[in-house]
Amino acid sequence: MGELVVDKHVKYILSVEKRKDSFESVVLEHLRMNGAYWGLTTLDLLGKLDALDSNEVIQWIMKCQHESGLLDLYSIMGGVAFCYAGGFAGNIGHDPHLLYTLSAVQVLALFDKLNVLDADKVANCILICFSSVTFEIVCPLFEILLFGSLKIKISSIPIQLIIGHPFLGLLNFMPDISGLQNEDGSFSGDEWGEVDSRFPYLAICCLSILHRLDKMNVEKAVNYIASCKNVDGGFGCTPGGESHAGQIFCCVGALAITGSLHHVDKDLLGWWLCERQVKSGGLNGRPEKLPDVCYSWWVLSSLIMIDRVHWINKDKLVKFILNCQDTENGGISDRPEDAVDVFHTYFGVAGSLMAFYYLLFHCKHFLKATRATNSTLNS
Amino acid sequence: MHGRPRKAPKPEDLAAFSAKAEKLRILQSQFLSNHHQKIYTKEAVELSAKLLEINPECYTAWNYRKLAVQHNLFESNLDPDAVNSILNDELRVVENALRQNFKSYGAWYHRKWVLNKGHSSIENELRLLDKLQNVDPRNFHAWNYRRFVAALLNRSDEDELNHTQDLIDKNISNYSAWHNRSVLVSNLMKKKVQAFSQKDEVLIREYELVRDAVFTDEDDQSGWFYHLWLLDQTVKAESPLLTSSWPAHGSDITLSGDRYLDLGSSPFNTYHFDSGSLLLILYFNQAVEGVNVSTVTVSSGFNVNKDVIWKPILSNNSKTAHVWVGQLKFPKVELDSLGAYTLEVTLGHSQGIISSGGFHYSHPSHFSFTVHVQPAKKEPVDGFGSEKISWRDENFHIYEPDSLQSDLVLPLDHLSIKNEHELSDSSWQEKIIDEEISNFRELLDCKIGKLTLARLLTARDALVSSDKSVHSEEVLRLYSELMKLDPPHSQFYKDEHSLILFEKVISGRESLLSYCFRYRNLTSSSSSNPICLRLNGLSLSRLGSFEKLLWVQMLDLSHNELRSIEGLEAMQLLSHLNLSKNKLGSFTSLESLRHLKSLKVLDLSYNEIGAHSVDTTRYLCSSPLCHSIGRSEWDGSEIVTDGVSLVSYWEAFFILKGLKLTQLDITGNAIADEKFTAFLAEVLPALKWLDGVQLN
Ligand SMILES: [Zn+2]
Repeated sequence: MGELVVDKHVKYILSVEKRKDSFESVVLEHLRMNGAYWGLTTLDLLGKLDALDSNEVIQWIMKCQHESGLLDLYSIMGGVAFCYAGGFAGNIGHDPHLLYTLSAVQVLALFDKLNVLDADKVANCILICFSSVTFEIVCPLFEILLFGSLKIKISSIPIQLIIGHPFLGLLNFMPDISGLQNEDGSFSGDEWGEVDSRFPYLAICCLSILHRLDKMNVEKAVNYIASCKNVDGGFGCTPGGESHAGQIFCCVGALAITGSLHHVDKDLLGWWLCERQVKSGGLNGRPEKLPDVCYSWWVLSSLIMIDRVHWINKDKLVKFILNCQDTENGGISDRPEDAVDVFHTYFGVAGSLMAFYYLLFHCKHFLKATRATNSTLNS
Repeated sequence: MHGRPRKAPKPEDLAAFSAKAEKLRILQSQFLSNHHQKIYTKEAVELSAKLLEINPECYTAWNYRKLAVQHNLFESNLDPDAVNSILNDELRVVENALRQNFKSYGAWYHRKWVLNKGHSSIENELRLLDKLQNVDPRNFHAWNYRRFVAALLNRSDEDELNHTQDLIDKNISNYSAWHNRSVLVSNLMKKKVQAFSQKDEVLIREYELVRDAVFTDEDDQSGWFYHLWLLDQTVKAESPLLTSSWPAHGSDITLSGDRYLDLGSSPFNTYHFDSGSLLLILYFNQAVEGVNVSTVTVSSGFNVNKDVIWKPILSNNSKTAHVWVGQLKFPKVELDSLGAYTLEVTLGHSQGIISSGGFHYSHPSHFSFTVHVQPAKKEPVDGFGSEKISWRDENFHIYEPDSLQSDLVLPLDHLSIKNEHELSDSSWQEKIIDEEISNFRELLDCKIGKLTLARLLTARDALVSSDKSVHSEEVLRLYSELMKLDPPHSQFYKDEHSLILFEKVISGRESLLSYCFRYRNLTSSSSSNPICLRLNGLSLSRLGSFEKLLWVQMLDLSHNELRSIEGLEAMQLLSHLNLSKNKLGSFTSLESLRHLKSLKVLDLSYNEIGAHSVDTTRYLCSSPLCHSIGRSEWDGSEIVTDGVSLVSYWEAFFILKGLKLTQLDITGNAIADEKFTAFLAEVLPALKWLDGVQLN
């Protein structure tokens, strides 16, 4: 069996930052926050986090946080372009989204710098702007504000005041609202209301790292996730959606953090998950699909969370991941001989470490990173 | 990035790439500047379309377009032609983006957002979907979008089922189509729509269809999970049912105030009774809530009904539990005189017990038993409670019930609860499963054939009307073959094998008795000789069938391959437990112990506690420290003594702190160093023996 070419991976990750002008970098510019999380966590796993200037990273992260916090009133038809204080964008100049808010919080946790955040502000942003009740609450509020020509800082409005406002029912005529009013506990990725079972995970994970989970209605979110469960034991994007390893990771992860794994049929899901391992040792994300390093990670960590990881062959999995390394220039790809990227490098390194290979080496770093990612144990 | 070959680009391509990158960079910065300045002119909007055509994942650009739509709709004064033109433009941009990346979440969501405005023709969407699904019949975005469109159109589940059927006919190994079928068929059965109102007819039809899929290509997984779902639908009882109880129906129980006093009654049925209360254990086939004095009636010569306090044995944040325990207080007067009392427990006569799936307990059932109270002697009995237990083989003696006692052993395999109304006719289930069994006997040269047959036979044995364990030998053989046939998943088959083996061993009186031993330490003066169930050295990796073991007080599971003891919490009477020489990897895998309030003697020696950096049971354990909710219950900074912080041993603390252990063996685990044993002595004040050494 090969080796994890640690030094080359470190070099590769550091070099990605310098290749800002390549086509790939430009295409991925909007999710640089995710990239930062993947790259930095990989460095941390490999014990090389100090190869970067943490202050520089943190400064950049904070520039991606939306701070203005002003309700921006310019259109009577919707005016949904309010800015919301606290959320993070994928890069400077882009809009905030839950995906990048979690990555930002995770990177700060990695550097042990959560104290630079106003945790309540971020938590409020997640709970107000990213929950799908936004449309019910904030949109009518806009109209009230429009008629009154006011500009108010959203963070200064107590949530009870918004919910209890007597005009809300009367002014509820906006076309967007009707289709998106859901009291089902679901979460949206941003203020535009896309609902997906990934979002409760992002919200729960983020709030738990910030120690603000008590602010959200956990039971409702858990019930929503449970409603995405399928007869094969897996979970889909929305109720009725097909099971998919990435969605399963999110749903099982959210249930794990909230102590609700009794909603999972562990033997049934465990069988589905362990059957993702194909002959080459790699894992696929759905039946009859090709194996992939990133899916290997989603499946592996889901199996760990439900205590069924012994149902796959870990040696074969590690072998598959190591075969996906670019042993010359560093980095890991989705499948052997494909082009490498930071995303798969992270999942490959984390996956091979999780599969117990290399664990004695930098075990400490490994544990630290899992803590930042998944757990809520005192950091 | 997926599916892009790894190769250094040619020099001539390099120039093209960098030109492309430069173009995209300029587009992105122009777009962001428009976005920030809220410019929604035709040119600005068109620029964002160009950007999205190249990079459909640029989510901010989709947001920008939504703002532009709202702005322009407002400007248009809702003139119908203008509205249509604006929205059609959006649909066109989405289509182009999807052509670039079929899996773009942002593009699919944008389309939903536009359609939700209600101006476009939805029929067009089905045509578009047919086109896209032809190209990629497994794309889950397209399937999700199809469900969304079908809902908007109010299309019936039957129509959607026909569409799904067409896709299965076209390609029988389309997992996505089978998945959609499972959703639609579930709905139709739930709504009892015509042609779906007779469950057995539906199932027979579906079995036939999925058999085709499995038999066409046995390596193709598309039908595997669907078949398992059908089997589950065939055997699953909707409403919850009491599976077993302690005391068992028809049993004679002796409650002794002394520890294990042998007064001629069967040692199987003698229980310690110093608290003045009797435990009642109810084991349900599904997790339920709502067990209380109004849903469960306990009647006897004296009126004790009101005094029963029912508690669920809970794990995680669940509200429902398989096991409920009632504390029955005996009136003081009764305790002073030796007497026999018959008690009857009835439930299901009124609503209130509800399964986690929302079904009511609807089969009135009852069980009754006799309790003999044996008051405590005034003098404390010396012996069993204070002596060290040694699990060595020479201390266990084959149990030979004499003729008088053999009757008393009977209740052990007499677990059935009396149901006043016979359960519904199960002959259709037998018929269906027998039919499937004979079909799958012809597919025995592949793994799914063997696995499915093993599952069918297990399900057949579990049917109410069946003789238990008839097929267990065959099932065990199938799992052994599977372990060899499919090595990467051998541990999965091993666990299944272990469950069947465990059940076989403890089912049936003859088999069970051969594993029952009397404990007698020859060097001890104690006259009490409790019964120990010795299931050691069976290479068990997993346990089950706990409903049959509710009576056990002393259990030896040493020399197995256990990684977890999930479910053991049902054995509420357990006082002595040997888990030595297994593969237990952490304290979190021992969560069940927290619920065993009678546990006194515990052997955990020679396991793997502390040897693994990845704790696979952490999230299954309901510790407040595993999850951040409720963490305020516990202050992690607490220091026990001598600078040993609880933080380092919080798992052990959490599992053991509530137990009144008198004897514990922990040696042979990675965690068990001097510091740890000092910690244990501190948190377990009742401990007399630690790793064989007497404590002061
Ligand atoms: Zn991938």
